[in-house]
Amino acid sequence: MPDINQLEQTASQIRRDIVRMVHRAQSGHPGGSLGCADFFTALYFEIMDHNPKFQMDGKNEDMFFLSNGHISPVWYSTLARSGYFPVNELASFRMINSRLQGHPTTHEGLPGVRIASGSLGQGLSVAIGAALAKRLDNDDSLIWALTGDGELQEGQIWEAAMFAPHYNIDNLILTVDWNGQQIDGANEDVISLGDLEAKWQAFGWQTTVFDGNNMSELIQTLQKAKENTGKGKPQVLLMKTEMGAGVDFMAGTHEWHGIAPNDEQLQSALNQLPETLGDYSLTDKK
Amino acid sequence: MSWDIFQPYDKKATRDGFGAGLHEIGKSNDQVVALCADLLGSLKMQAFKKDFPDRFIQVGIAEANMMGIAAGLATAGKIPFTGTFANFSTGRVYDQIRQSIAYSNKNVKICASHAGLTLGEDGATHQILEDIGMMKMLPGMTVINPCDYQQTKAATIAIAEHEGPVYLRFGRPGWPVFIPKDMPFEIGKGQRLKKGSDVTLLATGHMTWFALEAARSLEKEGIDAEVLNFHTIKPFDHELLLDSVKKTNALVSVEEHNRFGGLGDMAAQYLAINHPTPMKFVATEDTFGESGKPAELLEKYGLSPQHIHAAALNLIEGK
Repeated sequence: MPDINQLEQTASQIRRDIVRMVHRAQSGHPGGSLGCADFFTALYFEIMDHNPKFQMDGKNEDMFFLSNGHISPVWYSTLARSGYFPVNELASFRMINSRLQGHPTTHEGLPGVRIASGSLGQGLSVAIGAALAKRLDNDDSLIWALTGDGELQEGQIWEAAMFAPHYNIDNLILTVDWNGQQIDGANEDVISLGDLEAKWQAFGWQTTVFDGNNMSELIQTLQKAKENTGKGKPQVLLMKTEMGAGVDFMAGTHEWHGIAPNDEQLQSALNQLPETLGDYSLTDKK
Repeated sequence: MSWDIFQPYDKKATRDGFGAGLHEIGKSNDQVVALCADLLGSLKMQAFKKDFPDRFIQVGIAEANMMGIAAGLATAGKIPFTGTFANFSTGRVYDQIRQSIAYSNKNVKICASHAGLTLGEDGATHQILEDIGMMKMLPGMTVINPCDYQQTKAATIAIAEHEGPVYLRFGRPGWPVFIPKDMPFEIGKGQRLKKGSDVTLLATGHMTWFALEAARSLEKEGIDAEVLNFHTIKPFDHELLLDSVKKTNALVSVEEHNRFGGLGDMAAQYLAINHPTPMKFVATEDTFGESGKPAELLEKYGLSPQHIHAAALNLIEGK
């Protein structure tokens, strides 16, 4: 059994990294990043079979594709804490001449990133392409992908949703960060997602709804999803999260989708998040 | 080499050249994967599908998804070729190409048929005249518009060996085949099909044949035109162009594309800085096309050999 307490401690450090990065850059997206910190921790520190000595083609290892690229802070922190690049490089987030662009990209050669994302709705298609390549190569490792929930308003998502069951893409596990919020407000006020689970089921996907801010449930759900691969159906995990989870004044609101905390707010946030692995340095970028 | 070798020895569509080339590299390179958005027959991909069914992916009428899947396949080491009409290969999916393919530097070959007016009767919704402009604007994108069946086949084979995103543009109608089978094809290298000293005719795609015809009619009037075939628009072979216009000091660009954003625009920008040269553009004006037969449309929109001839004469008279 995985050490849930240790994973939670790692998630706490990743949350510290997120608020520090966004504070230093005075820009970025803390809300969705905080909400997904537990998911990223579970995926990279327990669930995925991956190699921090990064290979673009991901042969014989699990590959992850982030479609909602604006939650780059949580991914960058996770990658650095997993050994893909030095943690002190997190201080360069959104700075000039940085590999840590506002939205993730392969363009600056950041290890761990295989596709640019930011313009929404594209990542599921890319993940399906990688899943098809693994099938052609008889490579039985898995493809993981994450989208936002507001992102499901993009049409391309549903093109991909229709494609995957037709081709029995069963080596792919999609997770939807279902925090119910987007820039202009709640999904239900902007454009209602309707019965999300029924929609995916109608398209031919196997669905699971679970709490993405509960580490035990996360591990259990992701492990179960792995067991369900290879059975002819694509899977989508509808992950209920709280935007801004872990920082009381950011939690549960779209207000912190894309703004940075001030000095006082940073301190208040850090007071709620124990430093467990050691903060990255703001002065030494190496 | 006499330019008289460029005589038609067959009539075939450039898209047939794509289909033949794709089938050939399917045999020699097992990393090649072909994707199609419900236009298998139009893109001439049947032979590939028949012989390599595991490496053929029918995506359905979902071009955005096709571009994303291609980017994912390329990430994992495959060499995907996407096939649909030029309109649906570019404008419809521009952001998918920009982010998932060009910015992400994926080794995807975007193969686009039915480009330009010569698509014919389907009309302006399908006759894209802006695609070269859109695609050449993307950093790192190679843009190729071969001139006949033989060259399209050669280009299709060549781009499989080229690392990086490529836009390959070709067309629907039967067209004279005049490029010899043994003529080498090198991405980024223009071809001097005819030497001349009075005026340079710089052409791409279907219009290269018309440029040769114009050179023949000009010759009857004692005018010695040089004909350059730029099958690759980007990277642009400025050395060959410069070498030619230094001699002729007159340039007519010829393309089945809007005059804004195409080959002529590429040449004009380079020459304006490096060697200002009197120039005429044989291209469509800032306009959409319409239904009609390819020959009627080319005539109506100013893309005939006579239009090239007249533009060349006009330039020479101004010397």
